[in-house]
Amino acid sequence: MNKHLYAPGHTACAGCGQSLAVRLVMDAAGKNTIVANNTGCLEVFSTKYPESAFEVPFIHSLFENAPAVASGVEAALIHLGKKEGTNIIAEAGDGGTADIGLQSLSGMWERGHDILYICYDNEAYMNTGIQRSGLTPHLANTTTSPKGQKSSGNLRFKKPIPEIANAHGIPYVATASIGYPQDIQRKVKKALSIKGPKYLQIHVPCPLGWQFAPQASVDVGKLAVETGLYPLFEYENGQLTAVRKITPKPVEEYLKSQGRFKHLLNNPEGIAQVQAVADRNIAKYGLKAENTSA
Amino acid sequence: MKEFLEGSMAVARAVALCRPGVISAYPITPQTHIVEELAQMVADGHLNAQFVNVESEHSAASVVLGGEAAGVRSYTATSSQGLFLMAEVVFNIAGMRLPIVMTDANRAISAPINIWNDQQDTISLRDSGWVQLYMEDLQETVDFHIMAYRLGEDKSIMLPVMVCMDGFILTHGIETVDMPSQEQVDKFLPPYKALYKLDVENPMTLGPLADPDYYLEARYAIHATHKKVLELLPKITAEYAKATGRSYNGLVEGYQIKDAERVLVAMGSVCGTIKDVVDELRAKGKKVGLLKVTCFRPFPAEQICGALKNVARVGIVDKSVSLGSYAPLAAEMKAAFFGRKKKPEIISSFVAGLGGRDITKESVKEMFSMLTQKEKACEYIDLKPELLKENYE
Repeated sequence: MNKHLYAPGHTACAGCGQSLAVRLVMDAAGKNTIVANNTGCLEVFSTKYPESAFEVPFIHSLFENAPAVASGVEAALIHLGKKEGTNIIAEAGDGGTADIGLQSLSGMWERGHDILYICYDNEAYMNTGIQRSGLTPHLANTTTSPKGQKSSGNLRFKKPIPEIANAHGIPYVATASIGYPQDIQRKVKKALSIKGPKYLQIHVPCPLGWQFAPQASVDVGKLAVETGLYPLFEYENGQLTAVRKITPKPVEEYLKSQGRFKHLLNNPEGIAQVQAVADRNIAKYGLKAENTSA
Repeated sequence: MKEFLEGSMAVARAVALCRPGVISAYPITPQTHIVEELAQMVADGHLNAQFVNVESEHSAASVVLGGEAAGVRSYTATSSQGLFLMAEVVFNIAGMRLPIVMTDANRAISAPINIWNDQQDTISLRDSGWVQLYMEDLQETVDFHIMAYRLGEDKSIMLPVMVCMDGFILTHGIETVDMPSQEQVDKFLPPYKALYKLDVENPMTLGPLADPDYYLEARYAIHATHKKVLELLPKITAEYAKATGRSYNGLVEGYQIKDAERVLVAMGSVCGTIKDVVDELRAKGKKVGLLKVTCFRPFPAEQICGALKNVARVGIVDKSVSLGSYAPLAAEMKAAFFGRKKKPEIISSFVAGLGGRDITKESVKEMFSMLTQKEKACEYIDLKPELLKENYE
């Protein structure tokens, strides 16, 4: 077995989607890679002193500044004449990307740094106890968007970060999911082959936060894609170049796989609202397969 | 070579002589002239550095954090609100032991918004772990930027250094400055070699999580290193004197204090005004003096208490406040003297010059005059009672 650049022995929860994605990303990126990481689950469970799961240079500074730290690393490598052949990855969770870190990320995109930014999207602030983020899906139950007598959970919709990325005119924007491991690795390699800022948003189911059994992470990830709730696409220079075609399953199958949507199961109106989200994605990205096989 | 230079330009020239490879900053008055000049040097090809324009001071500090972590000497400059927006990163840089040098153009803090000078910004970050040096004039400012890199990058230190210069008074003031030559600086300041860095040939994790088993020691190590700064800085200034002919104490500097009965203690450009007043009062036979504190972090308590142990009456001039408590420098002075056998009979505290209110020679004379009276706990100098809507007496 080849040695992984993200080593075992870390303290992630069983079934952690993010941890699985990180291993895939690091192996695809290779050893000539420097990682700048925002504060979040990953840094906590992989770099508790005096141990580290990372076999590549890794820097964690703060919750929201990995894009700027990575920008400084890139500037230093250019100054040293060592940028060629070195990949720089900045990465964060969904809160660190869509909320507190969006300004720093926008700056990195706008300045055109040759950096791949990866958002590990588990759709809430898991490290602090499952609070709602800007990437929490519609009607999900979180600790700060709880279901209640007068609420069905998170009333807002996922912030369209890939569209915001595209609006910066960057050369590569894509989504991926741990439901499709080879696809993650292909997209990482492709992104790293392109000069300039890149954005990859990976859907990483969280057994603890979403309330499902740890062995189901990959299946839950697949269901999100198969229902149209998490469309997988690639944009190159602002043009949609590829989507994963699906034969859409009803969103109910996805919703019933997780405790965070349990309150919707006897709520046809809620289910319809989530179905509408999927339908919009299916139409917008042309997800529907012509043939029946997905 | 002696030149007539604006403060910001002199700083930019001094920083360029240190050959930083990564520079990042965000515009804020009155700092901006410094980085404008550096940007021009890079644009003209006179300075081989990456100049990264960012969307905030938070990112400016983060960019130089990343640059330094990758093993390249890095520089940033800011002021006031900019420093506060950076604050989280400022603490982080010190905790990660990255010897970045930053210039702060000292400016008041909002609200009310005010672009003029006091020292509230840097004083408020005194607990960040950075070495803080306060500059009296442009020559000092130039020289201490060069010494700052040498100090911070010393293998026994590895701490960032904040060179604090009074906004407008120094940044926009024009003085004759003896700029060191590139050869002198190169000889004094060798190229930066990081102890630890981001390097694919030797992968390391920087900025890990430290749990209760380790955090305390990481913080203690910085505190202990600050004590070493007190020993090393005078050695570095001595070496700098050999290299350039200009000598500094680096920690504190006494002016006419040997036989002085009344001494003001101050930081920054106001020391120049106080020296003038000392000269005038001395000419009239008054035994007055000044103790200039150059290094506020680490706090040179022994040097200060030693210099003032035989002075009867001491007045502390603070250009910042700790609202609701004692003024910052005064509080530290009183703490330093507490329990000592030889100490001044009176340690009075004066707050002056907030938000750019001029500290005139008359203001200084008033403070010296107040030192003949009973101890003042926190006396605001040049306060205009007629502007206050309520009576606070």
